[in-house]
Amino acid sequence: MSLAKRIIPCLDVDNGRVVKGVNFVDIRDAGDPVEVAARYNREGADEITFLDITASSDDRETTVHMVEAIASEVFIPLTVGGGIRKVEDIRTMLNAGADKVAINTAAIHNPELVREAAEYYGSQCIVVAIDAKKVSKEGEPDRWDIFTHGGRNDTGIDAVEWAKKMAEYGAGELLVTSMDKDGTKSGFNIPLTKAITDAVNIPVIASGGVGNLQHLADGVLKAGADAVLAASIFHFNEYTVGEAKAYMQEQGIEVRI
Amino acid sequence: MTIAVIDYSMGNLHSVHKALQHVTDDKVIITSSPDDILNADRIVFPGQGAARDCMNELHKRELVDVVKEVSQTKPFLGVCMGMQVLMEHSVEGGGVDCIGLYNGTVQHFTDHIGATDAAGSRLKIPQMGWNQIRQTQNHPLWKDIKDQARFYFVHSYFVDPDDKAIIAGETEFGIHYPSAIAKENVFAIQAHPEKSADDGLQLLKNFTQWDGQA
Repeated sequence: MSLAKRIIPCLDVDNGRVVKGVNFVDIRDAGDPVEVAARYNREGADEITFLDITASSDDRETTVHMVEAIASEVFIPLTVGGGIRKVEDIRTMLNAGADKVAINTAAIHNPELVREAAEYYGSQCIVVAIDAKKVSKEGEPDRWDIFTHGGRNDTGIDAVEWAKKMAEYGAGELLVTSMDKDGTKSGFNIPLTKAITDAVNIPVIASGGVGNLQHLADGVLKAGADAVLAASIFHFNEYTVGEAKAYMQEQGIEVRI
Repeated sequence: MTIAVIDYSMGNLHSVHKALQHVTDDKVIITSSPDDILNADRIVFPGQGAARDCMNELHKRELVDVVKEVSQTKPFLGVCMGMQVLMEHSVEGGGVDCIGLYNGTVQHFTDHIGATDAAGSRLKIPQMGWNQIRQTQNHPLWKDIKDQARFYFVHSYFVDPDDKAIIAGETEFGIHYPSAIAKENVFAIQAHPEKSADDGLQLLKNFTQWDGQA
């Protein structure tokens, strides 16, 4: 008996509604974030990740209220990401009831933010989100870069090197999303995720591409992830979190039932 | 009845506050006022972050003696760092003296475990996630919580009390370490009950109903 692998449903929230699109376009409405989070909690989710994808920062206030509402009803860890740019944003979200914040683009522009935040609030609440896309050509060894703007802008930063650097800077956990796989329902990007889990000694959450329960199990068994994140398979009731856990347990993975 | 959650600006007190409000109608206050703490009926002592910072903040607010006093007189629940600083000394950050309610130290996992457990699973530090607690004492705070229930943990250090009789729960992470201690009116737990779903809420509820007798 030991530490369980975690299943983390992800809420992508736009203007106060849960949405999920294929590669961030074709957005489908999946409900009220507070209700959806409460349902996942009842189904036995190990954590909830809330990603604010609202384009305009005017609506940040909505997000804060939503985080407060979720934190008053759902007593499992809550990670909030999207629009976290400075230390004050982190404080706002932690005060609203988030347990961790996910820093993405801001870490690329200002890696010191991660160091500063980890020193001040502790590594346990600092998640660095890495959106990576394959840049190596056919026949070359695999190589992935960090992309921003929903996968449109190549930063030229190597994803595995970046992961190591962020761990050094004090990130407590890495959320690794494959931009090639996200929304495709064809499974996690195993080589990318494994390259990162092999390179760092902090927990890694695999994200992007889950279409069935075997994909979740593969994230742990083949890529060595400590947690697996999925959105649409849970939102549209294709599977419950409980079914996912039962399946993973059958595959010999330790889960919290 | 008033429950005081001690605020020394270390960690997410709001989670503890919200979870307590969810399980009791008693008044729950977040406070750093010695008077409020001394007048409360029950005390919750949470905490996150580094031991040195915690001790500095407690000293700055002149709360060390207050915590020491209420930990000997009222039903008292220590959570995470609020458990660790009850010991005499922590090895964290080159070593820091703590409150010293119990003889013993706070140790770092890396000094006691390898890179993997016996089954070959990697042991990443901090331990982050849901692990099991084996209840090694019958205690009112374990009421209606199954032995080996999973709680949410995030930590790199663990307590090692001299008096093994105060250990109330044990968890395995490369080694078996004390994840809960209890003596007289004190119960302290390394996991975060406020983030441990139904079992965590049950533990908090048990605390709000506890008379402080072991």
